[in-house]
Amino acid sequence: MGTMATVPMDVRTVAACRAIAAEIADDVQRYIDAHTSVGVERTILRAFGVDGVDDQGAPLVNVAVDRYQKAGLLDRGISYWLARALAAGMKDPQEAAERLAYGHEVDRGEGGLSPDQARALLAPHAALAMQRIDTAREAREALRARVKAGPTPHKYVIVATGNIYDDAVQARAAAHAGADIVAVIRATAQSLLDYVPHGATTEGYGGTFATQENFKIIRRATDQASEEYGRYIQQTNYSSGLCMAEIAWMAAVERLDMLLNDAMYGILFRDINMCRTFVDQYVSRRFIARAGIVINTGEDNYLTTADAVEKAHTVLTSQFINEAFALRAGLKEQQMGLGHAYEIDPWLEDSFLMEMAQAQLIRQIFPKHPIKWMPPTKHKTGDIFFAQVHDAMFSLVGITTNQSIELLGMFSEAIQNPLLMDRYLSLKKTRYVYTAAKHLGEEIQWKPDGRVAARATQVLREAHEQLVDVQRTTIWEAIGNGAFADVKRTRTGGKGYAGVVARAKDYVNPILGLLEKT
Amino acid sequence: MHPTPPAKPLRAYGDREGDGMVQMSFVLQLTPGVRAREAAKRFSESHGLREPIVATMELCAEGYTYFVVYGHSKHSVDVSQIDVPEVRTEALTREEIEHRISTRLGRKIIVVGACTGSDAHTVGIDAILNYKGYAGDKGLESYKGFEAYNLGAQVENDQLLARARALDADAILVSQVITQRNCHKENGQALIEMAKKEGVRDDFVMLFGGPRVDHKLALELGFDAGFGPGTKPADVAGYLVEKLCGLEPPLPPASKPTAK
Repeated sequence: MGTMATVPMDVRTVAACRAIAAEIADDVQRYIDAHTSVGVERTILRAFGVDGVDDQGAPLVNVAVDRYQKAGLLDRGISYWLARALAAGMKDPQEAAERLAYGHEVDRGEGGLSPDQARALLAPHAALAMQRIDTAREAREALRARVKAGPTPHKYVIVATGNIYDDAVQARAAAHAGADIVAVIRATAQSLLDYVPHGATTEGYGGTFATQENFKIIRRATDQASEEYGRYIQQTNYSSGLCMAEIAWMAAVERLDMLLNDAMYGILFRDINMCRTFVDQYVSRRFIARAGIVINTGEDNYLTTADAVEKAHTVLTSQFINEAFALRAGLKEQQMGLGHAYEIDPWLEDSFLMEMAQAQLIRQIFPKHPIKWMPPTKHKTGDIFFAQVHDAMFSLVGITTNQSIELLGMFSEAIQNPLLMDRYLSLKKTRYVYTAAKHLGEEIQWKPDGRVAARATQVLREAHEQLVDVQRTTIWEAIGNGAFADVKRTRTGGKGYAGVVARAKDYVNPILGLLEKT
Repeated sequence: MHPTPPAKPLRAYGDREGDGMVQMSFVLQLTPGVRAREAAKRFSESHGLREPIVATMELCAEGYTYFVVYGHSKHSVDVSQIDVPEVRTEALTREEIEHRISTRLGRKIIVVGACTGSDAHTVGIDAILNYKGYAGDKGLESYKGFEAYNLGAQVENDQLLARARALDADAILVSQVITQRNCHKENGQALIEMAKKEGVRDDFVMLFGGPRVDHKLALELGFDAGFGPGTKPADVAGYLVEKLCGLEPPLPPASKPTAK
């Protein structure tokens, strides 16, 4: 790759933005470090190898964690109670968890077993948990070394049939047509479920349930496609909602490549409580960091509710904040697929130039990050012929500014979930634009005093101003004031707040301890 | 181009009247080749296309071929036989809407809206209710004469009804974007049935909106009106003003009795 055309970027402003974002994240991190949640504790049980559901479909991890939460004992960490069950003679974590869930009485912690003894007892099991994640990561790296990924921008498509077996067929078809990344869209309501469904599923509205078994099935299909087409096909799902940490762990052990994972998305767009989200996103990202998964953040969504011209800077603000949170969870820059989108009204004069400005600016501010570039959706009308042109202009920005991950626009957006044909035509169009304009970014220069440069400067300046504002009011208040996506949320409002628990002084969580040492 | 529906049956217009030219694109589970081309032709003919031209035939996935076909459709449509209810409102300006509410009603119109069931796509309800609006037309929240409550995504029908009753709302707006297996119809109908069962159906003007919604469907499901794609907040505002300020919307021309 030669030298790309650049837009002016004041490095001192960028450094100042990062410094402010760090302080914003540190403030929240102090809260995170003092709390846990039912979602976090369930994830830890899963990582210990606890699995299975009862005859009502309730996962064992839910029954166990809920029981100890109701008893007011979760502040010590489910790991502590698991250790006590092991000390009482249970042969492994599965049996111990069953005792926590269904045992005659709740263990009130009388007598014996200090936190340190609990940690020592759990140490070999925690080591096994790490090994399981590491083994999956090594398998992925070995496959990716043997079967190389295609060139960037990686073409990202979605499948959303509701039936995991149909998804597998569609995923292979997409790989055949040239896709590099296949995401299985999740069933619409899943983000609000406080448990992860079990087993293979064939029914789902708006998408397919994320379950561990479904992950296995789709991974198998994309692995086969990788081998067949000689191009590594990446697999994506959603680590968001009330089970974001559990999904992250499942993705880690089932060898997914990417996860939609955002520090604030659930708060804004799913009305999930902010305390819960901050705690859960941290632990999910600790697993993601260890597993070597790339996250996709969701700032692009802001522009679907807020105005894409006036509020463009809020995307950049949020990217700085998401980056700061991700760094605190141990993610490398190369794992941060920060999101942004082509959502400006296409009929606005120079809308294309404004899109170009922001895409280039973000490329420069986050040079190591696999930036995720999202297609137009808000201004799609159902005119599929126009939509193809609209999407082509989007792809032209993608290739010119060398975005890393490009989610392909679908001309049938606003009508239906993409048909086989829609996806094929979108991939064909993108292949054309990427080929025809491959070196455009190296051949041009933006006028230092031109419209693109001025727009980039304006967006960075406004993001800086907003970060100053957010820091002054704290992020808790800023979200309350509608700073992002024009959506307002309160600190104790939203779903899942009851599942947040203050950690006791003698809180035990050796798995998180190991992840934090990674 | 025609101020009144033409009397003769209409055919699709390509580049001259009566040629019936249409384009269709589709996928067949075949690999490209002579047989596939013939299959596409016959498939098109059975859709009523005369002299179909297979303009494109490409492998789009293993074992699947994508076609673009042009042909003369033999079908026509008799417009005079069409009877479609349409929501027609006088195009009222913002000022006129505000004025009518304050003079004729003398209080704010209270509106509660939500995406119901599993639907998490709030684009539509946000566009109508939130200040920001849609396509430059500000939402109901921006009017002095409206008090708009947007309950957001994935609201259960009973919650929506309970909230509407608690707020003593004038109107309930339901948005349904997800349409897989017709779940939008089921959700909409369930709400109406629940309202009837609780004896509160007539306490509210109930509106249904979404990309796959039209007025006819909304009426069939038991709503007062339906709003499809491209609806602006002012359309909904205008409808509510006419409905609630005692003036029935004028009968749309298409629903007047026609000579048969």
